[in-house]
Amino acid sequence: MTKSSLADALSEVDVVLCCGAGGVGKTTIAAALGLGAARSGRGRVLVLTIDPARRLADALGLEEFGNVERRVELTNAPDGSELWVAMLDTSASWDELVRQHAPDQITVDRILGNQLYRNITGRFVQSHDYIAMERLHSLHSSGRYDLIVIDTPPSRNALDFLEAPSRMADFFSSSLLKWITLPYRLGGERAGRLGYLAAKPFYQVADRILGSQFLADIAEFFLLFQTMYDGFVLRAKEVEGLLHQRATCFVVVTSLEPAPLQEAEYFLAELRRKHLLVGALVVNRVLPSYLFDGPTRRLASGLMAASAPSGPARVRRRAATAFSDLAALADSERASRSRLANPPGCVVEVPLVASDLHNLDGLLEVAAVLWPGVSKAVTKRPSVSRPKRPRS
Amino acid sequence: MATDLLDHRLLVVTGKGGVGKTTVAAALAWHAARSGKRVLVCELDAKGDLLSALTGADAARSHALSFVPREVHPRLHAMVMDPEASLKEYLKLNLRIPLVTRIGALSNAFDFLANAAPGVREIVTIGKLAYEVRERHYDLVIADAPATGHVVGLLRAPQAINELVGVGLIRSQTKWILDILSSPATTGAVVVSTSEELPVTESIELIARLRTDIEVDAAAVVINRTLPQSLTSDDSRALHRLAASSTSDDPAMVTMLRGALLLDQLTQIRAPHLSRLLEAWTGPIAMVPTITGQSPGLPVTRAVAGHLADEFSLSAEPR
Repeated sequence: MTKSSLADALSEVDVVLCCGAGGVGKTTIAAALGLGAARSGRGRVLVLTIDPARRLADALGLEEFGNVERRVELTNAPDGSELWVAMLDTSASWDELVRQHAPDQITVDRILGNQLYRNITGRFVQSHDYIAMERLHSLHSSGRYDLIVIDTPPSRNALDFLEAPSRMADFFSSSLLKWITLPYRLGGERAGRLGYLAAKPFYQVADRILGSQFLADIAEFFLLFQTMYDGFVLRAKEVEGLLHQRATCFVVVTSLEPAPLQEAEYFLAELRRKHLLVGALVVNRVLPSYLFDGPTRRLASGLMAASAPSGPARVRRRAATAFSDLAALADSERASRSRLANPPGCVVEVPLVASDLHNLDGLLEVAAVLWPGVSKAVTKRPSVSRPKRPRS
Repeated sequence: MATDLLDHRLLVVTGKGGVGKTTVAAALAWHAARSGKRVLVCELDAKGDLLSALTGADAARSHALSFVPREVHPRLHAMVMDPEASLKEYLKLNLRIPLVTRIGALSNAFDFLANAAPGVREIVTIGKLAYEVRERHYDLVIADAPATGHVVGLLRAPQAINELVGVGLIRSQTKWILDILSSPATTGAVVVSTSEELPVTESIELIARLRTDIEVDAAAVVINRTLPQSLTSDDSRALHRLAASSTSDDPAMVTMLRGALLLDQLTQIRAPHLSRLLEAWTGPIAMVPTITGQSPGLPVTRAVAGHLADEFSLSAEPR
């Protein structure tokens, strides 16, 4: 069954993952989604973001975001509804993970004290992705929230974060890791005597490339990390399960610029291929439809063709130029929009908000578009035109 | 210092995700090739956007770029980075042993190296670019680099390796790479931004890091997709007065003024961000408007190339 409104599409889910290309306002949409959900009585709502803009923190009335969840003060929220926000702090989350999974305090200290640890966790290609999924899982299983909205990390490759947990588990079980740590696991003397024939060519090459001391450093680090292997694998499976459950859905965010739109198409196709639930496509920052108004366009071109006058006529001519320039941008957007193949059942267009999102009202304006109906509770809110949604 | 931006030998084009890095990289390559240079443009994130920008989305789907450069237009060669292939090439050139046959599972080894050893993926990537510069196969190498967050790791990789690895072949190889990267006449970073808050903030941070702890010199800034410049601040005041006095008996006029005021408002929202960037960066800068009325792909790239050539006063003639 296709659901045409976002509220319907999200009515039975408890996890929403917002994904999309960089620069399309994904974090803002995630925050507005959470805000709208809390105001429409979805209970305790948490928005987990990655590196939000300073202004977004301001908009939510927070001094700063942190790894610890903070509550956002809402006026006029229904009873039992709360909005919480947290930011993903990769480094702190890794430390937490080590403390959780390491067998004893000594191992914890040795890992956290390892000089390669920071470097590796910070640079791990999918480190962000993995930690985001890990945090999602732990917050979800805490049972503290009725709805979790997560802003997915900017990935090198579109949907890498989906596979991050299993990739991490694969990594820790890889035979190469076993090879490299083997001599160290058996202790120096014995390893030296046996020489580990199977691994020898590999060591020779690795030695020549990296230098043996560095190799030893790495080996020690992974030897320590392997003590956490079982924990990682179990966790990866659970996260995988969470992503595939029917109460988890994906919201793809895009603008109408060609590149993000192309990426959104790819996201949608991939999500379908992986049998993941697509909740909606949110088209953000759409120029207003009045820019297509025929009589206005004719008036503007007439004024632009007129001779260069002075006074109010000159101002009108400048206004005509400004209108036409913006109308040309709107045409470009519409052309991009028409190239979008296979949109999901629920497509929500969010009009360009002509203000920086520096307060809750700005964010509410977006939330009101995403969740029609929640706007009534707000005082002195500027009027927002309802988005056009295709009937499916 | 290179007098013309395209007199560099290596340009690393970067910026926040979504600002149009690939289009700018493709446009610079297009212009350089048109002016007679042999150019290699390399997409570091294999997303396929580069070929789209050099041709069109359909062509990109049918015949993707690979690690082996392909001449897509006269003198314009394009490739995508493949760190594993780059490592293979490097080992073949440097170890002088038929290594690939000796380690059957190099890809496993590579996965390990790339994930475990910090900077290996980055060093073989930046190493390949520097290698092409050193070997002078091309007059100009342009990297369509990852977003700001990742590019720091990429450009700092040789330094990071020096700090982490005491000895070894990689260590001994980092010196010549650093020599190429740290010469401002040879290598420059092109920072692409828009005039919105986050891209500007990230660009300013990157410019600062390029000045302090990255050996690569910032060569130029591109402010992409600027709004139409149809209104001056004088117009803005007059426009507001006119809108306030307009009556609703001419709906087309009311709508037109509404559109003009929207553009005015958008311009004013962006103005402080633009000023922040202009304050932080006083070097070469190009403003490129949003290209309208062109289909995506090469037509847009060519239009952007035209703007970049004007703004940076790039030489158009073969020399």
